[in-house]
Amino acid sequence: MSLTTESFAIQLAFWVLSFCTVISAIAVVQIQDLFRSALFLIVTFLGIAGLFVLLGAEFLAGVQLMVYVGAISVLIIFAILMTRDLEEGNPSHSFRIPVAIVAILFMLFSIYAITVGTNWDSRLISETLNQEQQTEAGKIFFADSIPNLANLLLTDFVLAFELVSVLLLAAAVGALALVRNR
Amino acid sequence: MTLERFLILGAILFGIGLYGALSKKHAIAVLMSLEIMFNGVNLTAVALSRYTVPQAFETASKFLLTGHVFTVFIITVAAAEVALGLAIIIAIYRTRQSVLVTDAKELNR
Repeated sequence: MSLTTESFAIQLAFWVLSFCTVISAIAVVQIQDLFRSALFLIVTFLGIAGLFVLLGAEFLAGVQLMVYVGAISVLIIFAILMTRDLEEGNPSHSFRIPVAIVAILFMLFSIYAITVGTNWDSRLISETLNQEQQTEAGKIFFADSIPNLANLLLTDFVLAFELVSVLLLAAAVGALALVRNR
Repeated sequence: MTLERFLILGAILFGIGLYGALSKKHAIAVLMSLEIMFNGVNLTAVALSRYTVPQAFETASKFLLTGHVFTVFIITVAAAEVALGLAIIIAIYRTRQSVLVTDAKELNR
């Protein structure tokens, strides 16, 4: 795999994956049965994992599969099943039309800022780095991505790494304390 | 074009999640919409890390993977958030027999 050129298969994979991801994300917020929208959420997570693979982040795709598809969606489905006897469906607020307008305006503004408002050429790897540096960058993304990621996590970002582990422990203990039977 | 289409996809996912998080009454639906927003942000971070050069690249080339590090942290925080959020939802469900965010308004006085 090279850093700059893309084959037709990769383009096709991108369009198929992004179509599935967007359609299932819309289904998550539109379907009335909460259990079904949780199942569509899993499809969204799988699509994002496939896009991570396209971006050369195989490790993150694996993490995505394990954490989101394996753990978070199972938690959400269990919670839905535990609270399902209310049978309330998936109702919306009365102000959902203005909220939809706000979300669409946000999307249009972001797309404007991405396409017209930013000059990406001065920042792109393919434009600013010379051939030798591009080879090095390709090596970091495709051959040595996991060792470099571990190096970053345990040297330059070690404070954030330790804080996040404390946060996970606190969240686990807090969740246990909240749902404990008294 | 290659970078922009990933960023646009991330923005669309974030917008869909924003709509769901603000317009849904069911607390679990709000949490699911938050997950969609997290995924849009993760996609943006990984795409930026893949196609652009960070300033710290001059000191060490490993900083090209900064977006991946951010994504690892976001995924961890999202897992903690879902665990705590679902615990709170179950606790509210036990005490007041409701999972609608509009019914939990003790602080809304």
